[in-house]
Formats: sequence, C-alpha cells, structure tokens
Amino acid sequence: MNNPKTLYQKHIDSHTVCPLDDQGHVLLYIDRQVANEYTSPQAFSGMRETGRKVWRPSATLSVVDHVNPTAPIRIATMPDAGGARQVSYFEENCRDFGIELFDVLDKRQGIEHVVAPEQGFIMPGMVVAAGDSHTTTYGALGAFGFGIGTSEIEHLLASQTLVYKRLKTMRVIVNGSLGAGVTSKDIIMALIEKIGASGATGYAIEFAGPAIDDLSVEARMTICNMAVEAGARGAFMAPDDKVFAYLQTKPRAPQGKMWEQAVAKWRGLHSDEGALFDREITLDVGDLEPMVTWGTSPDQAAAVGGHVPDPATEPDPILRQGMQRALDYMDLRPGMALCDVVISHAFIGSCTNARIEDLRDVARVVRGKRVAAHVRAMIVPGSTLVRNQAEDEGLAQIFLDAGFEWRQSGCSMCLAMNDDVLAPGDRCASSTNRNFEGRQGAGARTHLMSPAMVAAAAITGHLTDVRYFPLEA
Amino acid sequence: MQPFNSVCGSAAPLLASNIDTDVIMPKQFLKGIDRKGLDKGLFFDLRFLESGKLNPAFILNQPAWTDAAFLVVGPNFGCGSSREHAVWGLKQVGIRALIGTSFAGIFYDNCQRNGVLAIQVSEAQLKQIAGVISVAETATISVNLPEQTIELADGTLIAFEIDQLRKQSLLLGLDAIGATLQRAEQIRSFEARHLSENPWL
Repeated sequence: MNNPKTLYQKHIDSHTVCPLDDQGHVLLYIDRQVANEYTSPQAFSGMRETGRKVWRPSATLSVVDHVNPTAPIRIATMPDAGGARQVSYFEENCRDFGIELFDVLDKRQGIEHVVAPEQGFIMPGMVVAAGDSHTTTYGALGAFGFGIGTSEIEHLLASQTLVYKRLKTMRVIVNGSLGAGVTSKDIIMALIEKIGASGATGYAIEFAGPAIDDLSVEARMTICNMAVEAGARGAFMAPDDKVFAYLQTKPRAPQGKMWEQAVAKWRGLHSDEGALFDREITLDVGDLEPMVTWGTSPDQAAAVGGHVPDPATEPDPILRQGMQRALDYMDLRPGMALCDVVISHAFIGSCTNARIEDLRDVARVVRGKRVAAHVRAMIVPGSTLVRNQAEDEGLAQIFLDAGFEWRQSGCSMCLAMNDDVLAPGDRCASSTNRNFEGRQGAGARTHLMSPAMVAAAAITGHLTDVRYFPLEA
Repeated sequence: MQPFNSVCGSAAPLLASNIDTDVIMPKQFLKGIDRKGLDKGLFFDLRFLESGKLNPAFILNQPAWTDAAFLVVGPNFGCGSSREHAVWGLKQVGIRALIGTSFAGIFYDNCQRNGVLAIQVSEAQLKQIAGVISVAETATISVNLPEQTIELADGTLIAFEIDQLRKQSLLLGLDAIGATLQRAEQIRSFEARHLSENPWL
C-alpha cells in the first residue's frame, strides 16, 4: 500500500473540514455529543447570551447522571438546591434548543457512557466529543471519543466542530490469554501502572492483539474508558464482528440495507498494514494477576498478592515524595501485604464497570455469601436498563440476599457529586476509575480494582485475591 | 476573553506530580450553573484546615505568594476530570499562566479557551525556575508572550515554545466560536457530503 494509515489518521482525515495551519490544527467535524447536567450549563448560557442556535440538535443526547440520588426508590426531585437547579436548567436548555433528554425518571436513564452505546447512539467510525473525560469509552465500538471542557461544548453546540490538534499515536499490543478471575480492568490497570498517569499524554492509543480480540465489547469499553487515566486523549480498537453483533440489536442501529452498507464501510476501519505509530508497547497478560491501587493516583497500583511499596526505594525525588504523600493519605505502611488492608465500604458502579457483564461477575462471587459485618456494600448499575436486566436475570436478588444495597443508576460514589459520599477515613474497594485524594469524599480512601475483586473484598472485609475465593458450585 | 500580553507577578511553586482537577476544584463547588464563586473552592482541601482556618503551610497562603499570578507546577498537572471549573477557579484568584513540564490534555485546552497561558518547559528549565521562585525575595517573574520568554528575578531569560495558533488567540483574546462560524459555509458543505456518504449518521 502506498500510504498506509493508522486508524486514528482515518478517523481524523474523514472528519477534517479544513486544515487551520501547518502545525497539525484542523477544524474537526463531530458526529455525536453526549451532554450531562453539570458540565453543560455555562455552555448553554453562552449560547443564550450570544443568541446562537445549536447547529445540529439531533447530534446531541442529554442524560442526567452526575447529581441524581441513587436511593432504591427513584424520585424526580433533587435533594440539594444546587443539583436541583442544574437539573431544571438542563431540562430548560434541552427543551429550548431542541435536544433529546433522558431525565431521571426516563427508563433509558443512566450513566452517559453506558447509555449512549446501549442506545446505539455511538457507531464505528464516528468522532464523538463530550464534556466528560471518560468519553474515551466509545473507542471500544471503533469510534473516536474524547473529553472536552465547557467552552468546547459551547463551540461544538454552535458549530458541530472543534478546533483540534492532531495527537501522536501509540499502539498497545496485548498478547496472551487472561487467567480465570482476571479481567480487562486488570489489563488497563497494569498498563497505567507500567507507563504512568501521564504515559500517554499527547497520544491516542490503539489497542490491538489477541487478548483484546478475545474480550467482549463491554470488557473492551472498560479499557478504553480508563485509558484517560494514563493521559490518553482517545483510545480505540478496530471494530470487529463482536462490535457489529453488539450494535445490531440496539435501538438506534441502522436497519436493513443501510445496516449492510454501514457494516461494509466499518470493515475498513483498521490500521493499514505497515502504518507507523509514534510509540509501540507490548503487554503480555498471560501471567497477569488481579490489580489493586494502593495510592492516590491510578498508576500507584500493584498485583493483589503484592505489598505496599517503600518510598525509600524510589530514586526519583518527585516520585518518592508523591509516594510518601499517598501512603500518608491512604494510612498504609510500606511492606504491608495488600490483602491485609481492611475496608469499610465496597462500591460497584461507574462508567468503567457497571454494565451487565460486570454485575454477572459480581453475582458469581457473592452468590450464597454475606457481606462482612463491618462493610457497607453498594451496587449502582450503569443504567436503568442494566438494572432491569439484572433484576430479570435474578442477579439483584443475589445481591440483596448477600447484603448489598441495590440502587438506582447514576455516577454516584465514583465522584460523589450526589449524596453518595464517603466520610473522612472511610476506606472503599471500588470498581471505579480514580483513586484521587477526596474523590469519593474528603479524607476518604479509594482502592481501585475489578468488580469481581470488589465483590470478594466486600465478603471478606479486606482486599482479597478473587482467584482463590471459594465460589458456590 | 482577556488578552495575554506581558504579565509580571509572583510565581508559586506547586511541584507535586499528578495534581488532579478534583484537588484543584473539589466536587462541592461544581453545583453551579454559572462560573461564579469558584475562587472559594480553588485547592479547598489544601488551602483550608479542617477547622475552616487558612492552612499557613500552603504556598498560596504565604505572604509572597497570596497574590500569585503564576503557578510553577509538577508533571501531569490538571489530570483527571474534564471540569473547566478548575481553570475558572484559577482565573478567579488571579492566576494568568502556569509553567510546567506537562499538562493533562483536556485541562491544557481548557486553559487556552479561558486565556490562561500554559507554558511547557523542559525538566531542567523547570528546576531552574522553581529554584529561584521558591525564595520569597525572588518570587517575581515576568512572562512575555509576544517574545515567548520568562524572565526570572535573577535576570535569567528562558525561552518557550507555543503553537502560533494558540499564541495569536491568546494575544488577541479571540472569540473562537465567532472565528469558526466564519467558516459556516465550509462546515455546511462538508456536513452535506459526510452525511450523504454515511447516511446512518
């Protein structure tokens, strides 16, 4: 082939309205936007102040997800004045600008990055931007998704475009096959630990290799979702038959002849043989163990069988200080076995890991068991549809019988913008994406891990290697 | 947007790596529908003690840096959540520019769109700058965008790189949306072709 292209180049080239300079800036056309109630208000206010119209209202789907309560009985009124104001202004904006909204009581409501794929709103080859950093999730469908700030949301609403600078490209080849009890969450956590929290800053990551091919579409979403925790401004995989099968049954997927036409085109969405990447990384996951974080940055992670590291062994002074600060915040001692870390809370939820397959994983671990007496354990499904499916499959009853709270959908304790907030000193095993200081509540401590690992920790009351956890026959 | 030309003021060192936007602007300050009042939330858990009193150990609470116009920051500053509230808060306390070795992507773009200059320097340059500005008597620097230089109190002049597109828009305080909408015809014709080639869109 004459000029082999990476998938990233194909995404950007096919969406470039015009180049803006010779330094890689282009005016980039955006096919879809997902909006939420907390990062969009000032963008809509800007539109109102300037009297601008939304360029293409049908390109945006709005979902209330960040501030709504997740109490088991769903209510439409927000308990706090700020959240209530955001939700009512969001409704007003969607109505006035002609944008479709899934409000809190909508049967399709949920976390935006769970809802949009579930509805078939995102398809291969699309370029998607949204006012949320985890927009990278859509890469698992062969789309190119990235997070933007509020000013960019306004720019996008007004023009359907963004002023965009091309990124460098990184290919991560994942080899080997995962052992039992090891998940895609462990793959992405291992990558972040390896390359660091800014290891992919300035890059778009393409994931490839047999271990990626083996994963389900939902499991792939977890990887693309969390790639932003390595700094990636986009992460994707070439779409395959699994993706097409996933999409075909979704409400907004094209039908009949148009479906055939779309799939034929989507089959061309892969990096060409011989395409060059700015950086290549190979990861072998054959021996990968379940991962947990011990610190306050997602790259401060280790295999669950390991120990809390000793900052004294870190030669780089900035990293050493960062480790010490993290251990002080997390109240952990160097050398302590990670499995000895006792938790007070277990949280299963978020756009990273609250889809139906995640909940099935959890059910396998907790069936017939009881949450440890000192642990408060919550499950917040990724969407109301996921919640309903889990109830239909009998998973919800397993969770309730085991002593988990079975809640309504929302972002919830992943970032604690609603009333699901930890108290200072609480320690949470969490299926989420960020273990930052104060993320789940001021002074609260977060250990990231896969949903199955959270489930095992909830039962034993301390971090636990789910591979050695006795499952009911 | 306030144009950025040449700015002089004190520069505060915040050299820890991976300072995320949850730390810069905690969740309890994200409940507004406007940009107001975010100066109160900036670095809230670092600036204030549990008692609600100012934490005297935090750099922005120390006399030489209370009116800082610049932050000199560690690697991967602004990582995490896309919340632009972090940049609005920085702006509201008077921060005009940040100097660091690397910034998280979304945060970097948010700075640009708010007229806050994010300057990337090498590790060696950062060390040199941090060494001088960490002393109260020599904390003042000037940043000259047209010349692309940082001048330290000891007279050292450090040159930095910036995309010309970003530079022009900061210098002029341009309305990016207005500029893009001048290309509305081009967008419309691209869109018509794109949608006809991909009718499922």
